[in-house]
Amino acid sequence: MSLLELKNISKIYGELKALDNVNIHVDQGEWVAIMGPSGSGKSTMMNIIGCMDKPTLGEVLLDGVDIAKESSKKLTDIRRDKIGLIFQQFHMVNYLTAVENVMVSQYYHSMPDEKEALDALGRVGLRERAHHLPSQLSGGEQQRVCVARALINHPELILADEPTGNLDEANENIVLDLFAQLHAEGTTLIVVTHDPEVADAAQRTIVLEHGKVAREVINENFEAQQKEWLARLKG
Amino acid sequence: MLFRMIKGVLIRQWSKMLLIAFTIALGASLATSMINVMLDVGDKVSQELKTYGANIVVKPRDASLMADLYDVEDENGTLSAAYLPEEEVGRIKTIFWTYNIVDFAPFLDTTVTLPSGATATVQGTWFNHHLDLPTGESVDAGVAGMRSWWDVTDGAWIDEQTPGAENSVMVGTELATRENLKAGDMLKLSGTTGDREVTVAGIYDAGGDEDSQIYAPLGLVQALTGREGKVASIEVSALTTPDNDLARRAAQNPKSLSQRDYDTWYCTAYVSAICYQITEVIPGSVASAVRQVADSEGAILDKTQLLMILITVLSLIGSALGISNLVTASVMERSQEIGLLKAIGAHDRAITGAFMAEILITALVGGVAGYFMGFGFAQLIGQGVFSSAIEMKPLVIPIVAVLIALVTIAGSMPAIRMVLRLDPAEVLHGSKA
Ligand SMILES: Nc1ncnc2c1ncn2[C@@H]1O[C@H](COP(=O)(O)OP(=O)(O)OP(=O)(O)O)[C@@H](O)[C@H]1O
Ligand SMILES: [Mg+2]
Repeated sequence: MSLLELKNISKIYGELKALDNVNIHVDQGEWVAIMGPSGSGKSTMMNIIGCMDKPTLGEVLLDGVDIAKESSKKLTDIRRDKIGLIFQQFHMVNYLTAVENVMVSQYYHSMPDEKEALDALGRVGLRERAHHLPSQLSGGEQQRVCVARALINHPELILADEPTGNLDEANENIVLDLFAQLHAEGTTLIVVTHDPEVADAAQRTIVLEHGKVAREVINENFEAQQKEWLARLKG
Repeated sequence: MLFRMIKGVLIRQWSKMLLIAFTIALGASLATSMINVMLDVGDKVSQELKTYGANIVVKPRDASLMADLYDVEDENGTLSAAYLPEEEVGRIKTIFWTYNIVDFAPFLDTTVTLPSGATATVQGTWFNHHLDLPTGESVDAGVAGMRSWWDVTDGAWIDEQTPGAENSVMVGTELATRENLKAGDMLKLSGTTGDREVTVAGIYDAGGDEDSQIYAPLGLVQALTGREGKVASIEVSALTTPDNDLARRAAQNPKSLSQRDYDTWYCTAYVSAICYQITEVIPGSVASAVRQVADSEGAILDKTQLLMILITVLSLIGSALGISNLVTASVMERSQEIGLLKAIGAHDRAITGAFMAEILITALVGGVAGYFMGFGFAQLIGQGVFSSAIEMKPLVIPIVAVLIALVTIAGSMPAIRMVLRLDPAEVLHGSKA
């Protein structure tokens, strides 16, 4: 079943076509990686899917709703209810503790629930550091808090723009494990990355070049990988 | 959660918020002190002007004529007719503008010889003379109120209500030093028609000619000179309206005015109208204005208040600009955070609401601190300028609160506009590593 459909999307900045007639289709529960050289329009596309920007031309159907035509207030609601965002920079509210940063997301969504927020931090292995301020956490730990914050409201779709770009090997693996788990739970994942290893973890990779879809690569090993991941996680 | 967020900002970013609070406190303190002083200043300025002495002098018509024509002083009774009866002095309080008469005192002076052989001028006057008026009211009048700038360095003011006051005198500090006198000393005064043994009740420092004189109860000087029941002049301190054209025409000759102009003039507290009315109630007298003070009194008041309003407005504009700078800087610094909250799904209203809550709490803290600072300023101004405390009116609290709220909100407007315009996609992807 289709969750997201980009139909003839273009994003034009003056002379520059950051996105040029892009067509993409993502099914519910799919794990898609997006690759491409710098400036190829990956972030531009993620902003459009994430309801933070609108295309110049084309339709964006999210759950059958054309978000290209919604008001910015409605877009905020859609973002809040359906989407979890993870960025390359670990954006946190620097005067709030880790658990409070997670709770902020709950607060704007529905009701802050400290216990649930602590559980989410437990999932990313940071239960012990819940009451630390961002300045007291390492980069990898901050990014894990951001992952916890993105998944706290059980979004249908998680959008991650280079989530592992600033992480070391160990933290990258922790994040990938989490993605595997989320995928197993049925969450749809779209992950922008430069890192072939991260792309290889996904079911399908879409490659952008000059604002166009250059090619798509299906990961034939995905089923096997996923089993291995989950077995390792349980073990 | 909102509470935790605001608490987080206030506790963990206290130094920034403190700076904002301080700016607000400065504005609030100036507004508080200025408004309080302004509300109090009417009384204070007229009191202040009163302390510079009388603004009307009443003299016998003959004496005034002689003095003006021949420029001679009324010495030793050479002009025996040039006195006013003491019993008529109280009539000053019966004129139409009676409530504008703040204080008054009759004077009779003479020269006495002291035991050392030196001579000194003695001013006979009322200190705090109790009068029962024909209207049934009673007043206390005299120099105690009209020479309030005097510094009594030793002893105390003569209180006419205490026994023995009629044989007490106050001695100027220069004369006291020269004659080696202090409060409590006995002193023999030899006048033209007799001697009197008196007690020095106090030594005063007036900062002028009066420092080499003696101030004595009127009755004492009357006895020393044999002029019982007579006074040579009366000083009156009155609140007056600044002169205008009508007042100046009237001052030359009230009879030249049309009936309507005359009524207007008579029923306005021009110094000329008050002088005219005093002349009406004390036959044979001439009341004239001591110009400078009388003219400037009202004008000074208006100008002082204008100045204070100006200072208040400028200080509030100043703090609005200060707040606007600080808050805008804070928004710029926190743009990632604000973008993040928007990305997470916070509506503009929620973000600006939290933001305003932070600032208003800061403003409240700053405002309360500023109010007490302003209280201190007002007292400093009161003591420094008027030598008395400024009364803090409760009315000022809501006025300052509203002003500060307006200033804070106005100062935060540019920052709020920035918050609303802020595009989360831009700030979150903006600083690429
Ligand atoms: N707000 C904007 N105004 C003008 N041009 C923009 C704007 N945002 C992006 N672009 C341009 O659009 C193109 C695509 O940018 P985008 O950020 O999507 O690239 P990207 O694929 O994410 O690159 P990277 O891998 O470096 O993150 C770039 O050439 C960029 O300069
Ligand atoms: Mg990018």
